[in-house]
Amino acid sequence: MSEFKVIEIKKNILEDNDREADKLRGELKNEGTFLLNLMSSPGSGKTTTLVRTIEALKDEMRIGVMEADIDSDVDADTIAKTGVKAVQIHTGGMCHLDADMTRQGIESLETGDVDLAILENVGNLVCPAEFDTGAVKNAMILSVPEGDDKPLKYPLMFSICDVLLINKTDVLPYFDFDIEACKERVKKLNPKIQIIPISSRTGEGMDAWYDWLRSEVAEWKR
Amino acid sequence: MHELGIIVHIAKTLDQVAAENEVTKIGSVTLEIGEVSGVVPEYLTECWNFYRKKSPLLADSGMKIEMLPAVTFCENCKETYPTVEYGKQCPHCGSHETYLLKGNECNIKEIEAC
Repeated sequence: MSEFKVIEIKKNILEDNDREADKLRGELKNEGTFLLNLMSSPGSGKTTTLVRTIEALKDEMRIGVMEADIDSDVDADTIAKTGVKAVQIHTGGMCHLDADMTRQGIESLETGDVDLAILENVGNLVCPAEFDTGAVKNAMILSVPEGDDKPLKYPLMFSICDVLLINKTDVLPYFDFDIEACKERVKKLNPKIQIIPISSRTGEGMDAWYDWLRSEVAEWKR
Repeated sequence: MHELGIIVHIAKTLDQVAAENEVTKIGSVTLEIGEVSGVVPEYLTECWNFYRKKSPLLADSGMKIEMLPAVTFCENCKETYPTVEYGKQCPHCGSHETYLLKGNECNIKEIEAC
């Protein structure tokens, strides 16, 4: 057997994922499909927010949803009832999606005729933040019961998002959630982020969120 | 497990590197991991020991991890300080206008191969 030699590599581990993600974004641009990566903790109201969003926008744009979960089809079933295309991606125990898995989802969703594709990432505030999925924009939902200190605990997630929905504002009177303090903490980490307080149950604040989506989709298709 | 995802990416990169350098066996892989990269070296090694067995190229390769210290720069007083000890607030002047200079790395430094 020949001698081992040292080969210097000096390569970022996520470099190939970043490259894949850029490639996917380029293809989506050509197709005119806007891909939104939606992240949050489990139980923040992602699926409820999505269902309401789909109901409001499905007559003006073609929507497709990819539901990522470690296992089960519960969420894809709920979404499919709204009448839009929905596929389930199983991550097989993995805590996040990378660009490769997203591409598989995009392919099975057949996004050629989709204006807005939404990727519901695995419920987790840590790992999904590290992997570029190829999405055009990143959104996250933080719900009132989770507490206003989350930006301090999961800074990376708040730093990489373009828009933050603060959900379940209808229960604000029952929690010690300081919405102004929360906004300030988030803005310190990420001055460019848009923050939209909503209640996906009552519909409060949802119009601002729909407007954000409308203008982002239109911008991407230009 | 976020470490397992990272290992899958390392294995993919090493497949390419091996093809480019015309080697068929990797004896060791050295990584550089920043102190605040969020990667736990012990888990990474465990995942590696599980995953490497799937590929003849990697089956007998050990993993070496070099930790890199995290350093934060203060925009207000232009000083640097160790991130892990002081966090976001500058210990010299108390400012919060600070950013991470290094410590978030997750690199493959080198391999030994034949």
